[in-house]
Amino acid sequence: MIEEMIRQISPILTSLIMLCGAGFSFIAAVGIVRMPDLFTRMQAAAKMGTLGVGLLLIALVVHFNETGILIRASLVILFLFLTAPIAAHLIARAGYISGAQLWDHSVCDELKDQYDKHTHQLASFDSERRPPTAG
Amino acid sequence: MKNMLELSLVHFDFVPSIALATLHILGASMLVALVRLMRGPSLADRVVALDLIAALAVGLIAVYAIYDEQPMLLRAGIVVALMVFVGTAAFAMFLERRARQ
Repeated sequence: MIEEMIRQISPILTSLIMLCGAGFSFIAAVGIVRMPDLFTRMQAAAKMGTLGVGLLLIALVVHFNETGILIRASLVILFLFLTAPIAAHLIARAGYISGAQLWDHSVCDELKDQYDKHTHQLASFDSERRPPTAG
Repeated sequence: MKNMLELSLVHFDFVPSIALATLHILGASMLVALVRLMRGPSLADRVVALDLIAALAVGLIAVYAIYDEQPMLLRAGIVVALMVFVGTAAFAMFLERRARQ
């Protein structure tokens, strides 16, 4: 009985998750074109891209319903979730150092007075002065 | 009537057509990301676009595995996911080193 139910629900669930994943992936692609500066673009690509691909892999697991697939797909999802933030951080750091401009309406740039663009030295915050906070 | 509807839903396998539609959406997303890859003002923008395209390629492989009923294809996805991170990290290091000179 339950197996029959699973057999009936599984294609519907697969289709729904797959379409959600495709939607998120498309939003990521639109975000990367429409966003105003490097850091917001990276934000869209890292978060929505990971979510979209993760959903597509979950759809794969639901569709095939096997342990081996589950383990492999979990491995890919785990790896994506581990590396996407690191990659985004690396690119953001390299972009900031190579002089990427922030958007005009950006609220907060915490490295502005701390990072010297000519000597490439990063100073720590003064204990006297409070660090700038986002509005 | 309700019984017939259930029967038709069970016997008509609609997953491949949905998977095909998803493949098209993913392909469109890759083309949209390609716009940023070609236009991107700085090299860092292009690296971000390339990173997203590679992530979408992993999703594309997963959906094609559903479409073609070939679970083996997931292994290709694992390889792509592993390679992309190395490439992005190398690009970031290159950018940083070039900026420091």
